[in-house]
This record gives sequence, C-alpha cells and structure tokens, in this order.
Amino acid sequence: MQLSPLARLVLRLVTYAVLGVVYLPLALIFVLSFNSAKSIAWPPVGFSTRWWEGFLEVESARDALLSSARLAFVAMFIAIVLGSMLAFALQRYEFYGKNVISFLAVLPIALPGIVTGVALRNTFVRFGWDLGFLSVVAGHATFCIVVAHNNVIARLRRIAPNLREASADLGATPFQTFRLVTWPLIRSAVLAGGILAFALSFDEVVVTTFTAGAGIQTLPQWILNNFSRPNVLPYVTVMATLVMLVSLPIAWLAQRLGDSNPG
Amino acid sequence: MGERLEQAPRVTDSGRNIAGRGKPRPAFALWGLLSAPLAWLLVVYVGSLALLVVSAFFSLDDFTGKPTTELTTSNISEAFTQGEYISLVVRSVAVAVAATLLCFALAMPTAFYIARLASRRTRRALVVALILPLWTGYLVKAFALRAVLAPGSDYGNGGFMSGLVGWSPGFGYVAVTLTLAYLWFPYMLLPIYAGLERLPNSLLDASADLGAGSIRTFRLVMLPLLLPSIAAGSIFTFSLSLGDYITVKIVGGTAQLIGNIIERALLAPNQPLAAAFTLWPMMIMVAYLAVMGRAGAFKNL
Repeated sequence: MQLSPLARLVLRLVTYAVLGVVYLPLALIFVLSFNSAKSIAWPPVGFSTRWWEGFLEVESARDALLSSARLAFVAMFIAIVLGSMLAFALQRYEFYGKNVISFLAVLPIALPGIVTGVALRNTFVRFGWDLGFLSVVAGHATFCIVVAHNNVIARLRRIAPNLREASADLGATPFQTFRLVTWPLIRSAVLAGGILAFALSFDEVVVTTFTAGAGIQTLPQWILNNFSRPNVLPYVTVMATLVMLVSLPIAWLAQRLGDSNPG
Repeated sequence: MGERLEQAPRVTDSGRNIAGRGKPRPAFALWGLLSAPLAWLLVVYVGSLALLVVSAFFSLDDFTGKPTTELTTSNISEAFTQGEYISLVVRSVAVAVAATLLCFALAMPTAFYIARLASRRTRRALVVALILPLWTGYLVKAFALRAVLAPGSDYGNGGFMSGLVGWSPGFGYVAVTLTLAYLWFPYMLLPIYAGLERLPNSLLDASADLGAGSIRTFRLVMLPLLLPSIAAGSIFTFSLSLGDYITVKIVGGTAQLIGNIIERALLAPNQPLAAAFTLWPMMIMVAYLAVMGRAGAFKNL
C-alpha cells in the first residue's frame, strides 16, 4: 500500500498521541500519591510522603491486599487446571459439539460482568451457600478459565504434531510423552496464562461485589469503598500506584513468556 | 506402543481421525479431559444463567422480603415496559456503541502504524507498551481518569484537563464514554493488530497495481478482511461497556446506566427484579454475539 509521507506522519503522530494518552493518567496518579493535600484533585499542593508512610498502618488495606492475593492464587490454580484440560481436549480431538464448547468457554468474558455476578449470586443465595471466600473464588475461576485456556491452546497449536508421534515411535508412554515432550513446550504458556488469570482476578471488582458477602473485602473493593471517605482517599492513590508498580513488570513477564518460542 | 499403532483409527461422523493429526486415542481420554471444565462451565455458569432467567419470574414475599417460587410476570413487565427503564437501556447501548466506535477510531490507525509502518524493534515495544496498562487495574485507571476529567472549580483546584486545555467534559455521560474507551482500548487494538499482521502484502500491492488509492484499498480490501478481527474486538469493548456501573459511579456524576439499576434493585433487596433487569444486557449481548458471530468474530477471540 502506497502511503504519502504526510499520511505516514499522521499515523505516526496518532500512535504516539495514543501512547501518551494511555500513560498520562497513570503518571498523574503516581504524582498525586505524593501530594500533601487531603484530596486527589489536580494540581498537587505540595510534596509529601506522608501517605506512603502512613499506608502500612492502614490495617484494612493490608487485609484487603492479603485476601485479594489469596483469592487470586486459588482462582488461578483452578483456572490453570481446568483451562489446560479444556485446551487439550479442544486442540487434540474432533468431536460433536466442539464449537458449542469453544463458545461456552468464551461466554464468561463475552457477557458483561454484571450478568455473571448477578447470576452466580442468585444461584448461591437460592441454594443457601454462604457468600464469602469460596463464592468469590467460584466467580473468579469462571472467567479466569478462559485466559488460561486461550494461552495454552495457542501454544498447543504451534507445536508440531510429529514431535508427539516421534516420542511414541521411540517407545514413550503417553504419560512420558507429556512429561518429557509436551510439558516442557507448554510450560511457559501455562505460566503466562496463570499470571494473566491471577492479574484478572486481582483486579476484578464487579463479579466480586456480587459474590462476596460481608466477611470479605478485596483490594479493588477496598479502593472503591474508600473512594467516598475523604480521610482515606489519598491512600487510594498510594494503593493504586503500588498495584501499578507490582503489576506492570509481572504483566511484562507474562507477555514475554507467552510469546517465547516453544523449544 | 506397538499395539496402539496397529489399532484401527477411529473415525468420526465427519470422516476425520478422532485425534486430529495425531494418533488415534481412546475416547475416554477426551472425556477425562473435558469432564471437569465442562462440568464447571455447565453447572456453575450456564446453570446460573438459566436459573437467573427463571428467577426473574419469581415474586417477592411481602413479609420477609425474600423471593418465593410463586411465579409472576410483574418484574418482567416492570423492567421491559416502563418508559423510564427503556430509555435507560437505550442510553446504555448508546454509551457502549460510542465507546466501541471511539476505540475503533483510535485502534485502527494505531494498529496500522504498528503492524505496517513501524520498524521491527519499535513494533514489539509499542505492542507491549499499549497492552501493559490492561493489567494496571480497572479502578486505578478509572480514578486516574477522574483526576484527569474533573471539572475545574472556582478555587482553582480543578481537574488536570481543565487546567491543561481550559475545558473538560465534567462528570457525566461524555466522561463515562471517554473512560470506558480508555479502559477497553487494548481489547480492540490487539485483534486488529493481529489481523493486520496476517494480512498478505500481495493483496494490498495488487489493489495498488490496479489503480486503487490508499483510501480505496483500505475501504475495499483491508476493511473487509479485517472485519472478523474488528468484530472480535468490539465484542469486548461493547460487552464490558454495556454492563459497567462502577465507572458510572466514579466519573458519571448523576448519570445512570443499566448496571446501576441492577445494583440498586439487588440492594433493595429485590432479587427477582434485579434478575429481570439483568435480562436486558443478557439479551442484547446474545443478539450482539449472534451478529458478530456471522462476521466471523469467534475465530479471532
């Protein structure tokens, strides 16, 4: 496609403008976490680290951080196991109803979170199950399965099928083939899917709100609940910055792992 | 493993080998793999969705305030015939469409530049740089946008945008649309970028050789080929925007969308009415998925 130098320049400018718009608000939150004022309004009044120093004393924030991490870890584990099983089944076999199942797998992220959240809550309440840690795990695992599944199936598609055939021809049992041939090839994709599932769960707020009872508060819920409380509001910027600082390198790692060439 | 190789290959209805390109395998291995994830998705997820539809017909006990199994159509008729709620749904769809279009308008040139014009090294860096914010946290970004979009006040401590350019949309539907587009932009960018990378150069060259200008090539060659990718991206931007109620709380001011009504009904608490309201986004999304499926979106999810 022949593009005039002007068109090229415009496209380039749009791209870098988008990049700027994407990162500007994030930079803003970072700057505001050092604001000495008790508000999150721009411009900052003065420089202060008092919110960062006081942050560790906010017990509710610590608890929320901890329960979010526990939650995301369990949801990630379920997602990796179920998502990988699903990916193997869909990649290696042809069977009746395969398309329906692939559609079913993406449904939890294709439907709005509020639909998933209200539906699960409705079920839990009707059957008298307590809303708490386990109900939130169930909700999170439901949409995390998709992420794990997508990562694993993408990798499985790129592995040459003759590797497994060669392994079998050399006398390996299916389990040996999995352990010595398939697993080393998909390991990084499973890990990447797991990390993304963890991040997705760590960040989720809608399904969480509807499936969590009074006993549990996740990090996003903590942020949301303190949004309307002026005394704690500046801590929200600290928490937000922390989340960013922790999640950016992890997401970068997941990206690298997911892209890395098998073998 | 000799005996396995000699086994007659199992053949499905379509005449293909059960194990695809690999060796024939016993079908119980397939069911072993499928059973647990399928049970989860069917029982926990599809089961809940079905129950939700049913419970929209349940009535509320006057004394306990809890849903009973007595059937009524009053929730449905309230959610689907009252003008107030219908206009709310129309507004929600309008916001979701606007956010989706905005995402597309920005993702298309950006993805084109990255996939087709940028050098190999910058391409990699740009893709990662634009996807990373996806993982910085939904609320973090929503609050960041609140700080950006806040209207200026008389005390001079307004938002970033009004300070910078002297104007901001303030809190309302425009702010909600902008924030949603900001939040879901990577979901539109990624599939379009992947689609552009797969697009063979020869097709674009052929179009140019036949005398088409770049705009014509874009409209008649590139756009039709990218349609499945765009459809796939739009499923996420549309769906995530349609059900959103938290962004509305953070930057919406007095604005209300369908998600807020669902939440309000649930907190009332009126579970059956909330279920009836939830049928709206569910039906809209099913219709949307059906249309986008025809455009080939599911091959690109």
